Amino acid sequence: MAIEVRIPTILRNYTDGAKAVDAEGATLDELISNLESRHPGIKDRLVDQGNLRRFVNVYLNDEDVRFLGGLGTPLSDGDTVTVLPAVAGG
Amino acid sequence: MLSISQELADRIVAHARADHPDEACGIIAGRGGVPERFIPMENAERSPTFYRFDSMEQFRVWKEMDERDEEPVVIYHSHTATEAYPSRTDVSYASEPDAHYVLVSTKDDTEVEFRSYRILEGVITEEEVRFIP
Repeated sequence: MAIEVRIPTILRNYTDGAKAVDAEGATLDELISNLESRHPGIKDRLVDQGNLRRFVNVYLNDEDVRFLGGLGTPLSDGDTVTVLPAVAGG
Repeated sequence: MLSISQELADRIVAHARADHPDEACGIIAGRGGVPERFIPMENAERSPTFYRFDSMEQFRVWKEMDERDEEPVVIYHSHTATEAYPSRTDVSYASEPDAHYVLVSTKDDTEVEFRSYRILEGVITEEEVRFIP
């Protein structure tokens, strides 16, 4: 089950510069673990203490996964997951 | 160094003035490091001390830039009570290594501070700004 994951500039050092990589998983949580096995270190940039990091936005197709099921969001073959660091500050 | 047209710089300042006392934010998209397309963003926090792009608006804008082969050349926001220098939170959330981070301060009613920085791995480097007439 291949899912395309779109990687932001700041995390491309984990993917040898690739803008998009394939990964697998029935849920977002599984997908991120699978990504970690292919691109070690990336999980820690996305997840903190079992939750998505507050300043990382993850989208399933055109929806923010926070409005779906967070890390438990189910995925299907052919889905696209997009990671974008939130643009924020004080 | 950031080279930016006076017109785009004026639009940033106008946005900052309009949203004062809340912080205003947005980007200028472009290609090859040249800022061209002004995109004001909603500050989802509507706060005088914090800003955050609305996540869905950011998704749409980033997708559109991707389709047009653009990048966020400038990421701007305003400080409404302090100087135009990156705060600790600005540094910790800076996530576009290739962007010019522009800060404007609207704390003074008449003078506007307009400054630009690179923020890379926690290090702030101020750069010269050249306004092109």
